[in-house]
Amino acid sequence: MYNFELVTPSSVDEAVAALGEEDAQPLGGGQTLIPTLKQRLAMPTKLVSLSRIEALKGVKSEGGALLIGGATTHGTVAREAAGQFPGLADLAAHIGDPAVRNRGTIGGSLANNDPSACYPAAALGTGATIVTNSREIAADDYFQGMFATALEEGEIITEVRLPIPETSNYQKFEQPASRFALVGVFVAKYADGVRVAVTGASNDGVFRWSEAEAALASNFAADAVEGLSAPDGSGMISDLHGSGSYRAHLVKVLTKRAVAAAS
Amino acid sequence: MTKVSMTVNGKSVSGEVEGRTLLVQFLRENLRLTGTHVGCDTSQCGACVVHVDGEAVKACTMFAGEAEGAQVTTIEGMANADGSLNTIQQAFQDHHGLQCGFCTPGMVMSAAALLKENPQPSEAEVRDYLEGNICRCTGYHNIVKAIMAASGQDVGKIAAE
Repeated sequence: MYNFELVTPSSVDEAVAALGEEDAQPLGGGQTLIPTLKQRLAMPTKLVSLSRIEALKGVKSEGGALLIGGATTHGTVAREAAGQFPGLADLAAHIGDPAVRNRGTIGGSLANNDPSACYPAAALGTGATIVTNSREIAADDYFQGMFATALEEGEIITEVRLPIPETSNYQKFEQPASRFALVGVFVAKYADGVRVAVTGASNDGVFRWSEAEAALASNFAADAVEGLSAPDGSGMISDLHGSGSYRAHLVKVLTKRAVAAAS
Repeated sequence: MTKVSMTVNGKSVSGEVEGRTLLVQFLRENLRLTGTHVGCDTSQCGACVVHVDGEAVKACTMFAGEAEGAQVTTIEGMANADGSLNTIQQAFQDHHGLQCGFCTPGMVMSAAALLKENPQPSEAEVRDYLEGNICRCTGYHNIVKAIMAASGQDVGKIAAE
């Protein structure tokens, strides 16, 4: 790993100021960034740790939404969201392993936008609002392709606001070696409709399966998905773990499972 | 170099570290607490698991500077005050929960974190919790058995398969 200066500010303002310097980069829980640094795939001159900023931590409910601080760990979400939003708590409880969940954060996951990460499916599948130090971004505008987001340089995710659904479920088909999602599907049912978000599958990162959303809006049952053809596999990730058409097939299977589990 | 201070196994310690110094490097190389192992260095294997402020973390995937002011517990801090093995460690010995022993410090630290939040886990819960701890010798069976025995459960019916 190349060396860098590590700073640990205790407020968002200090962190934003530190990130104003050239080649400074924010550090969330580091569960992706530290392995990346070890491989010398990134070379920041300064890392700005967000883990000491208490204002960025915690889970609370307000106005029908769950508000999660950007530096809140997966382990905390798994514990504290369980009562009000069990679909999200269950997703958080199956990211990585227990030690990883004690460090990795929701803001870090969403900022990285790994095409196989779980949280992007929950953010898009709930129509969440990504709140940063300077603005609010709707999930539909936030995800812009593999590892690409609407975040500007030096912009920090301070909070994620996820509307709490009537019912929801996340189903993940794990790649057996990495345990990342080969495909993951988050289904959430609201009074005014259903959202279905898919991670792991597409070359463009997380996406909504709109045909399934329309079918489920009138009939929230696994049978409603049965009649649909699987999404087009031509834009899906194709690698040694599975072809694009296999991933497309999994999208349909996992959507049915998620609906069945949420019904 | 920056000065970092923390409490490790109840003792206040400090040292000079670089930004890139990992917590596991600080423990092993500065403090010479070599019980915490580095297996994979890629946060897969769990040989480096320690507790930071009571939570299990992979010490190879956290910077020493991030542990400033923290309470850290390593395998060296697990024995009873008189130096005898604690309940979990003794159960690993009694149930042959180790062979080469390389993964054992991380296994014991993960087991302690599990039993703190779930004092009577089922066999499935133990196996699930150990997802991030890899052992290449035992086949896990006796590790699971040891952890269940340490939780005070009857492991007679978990016969060797």
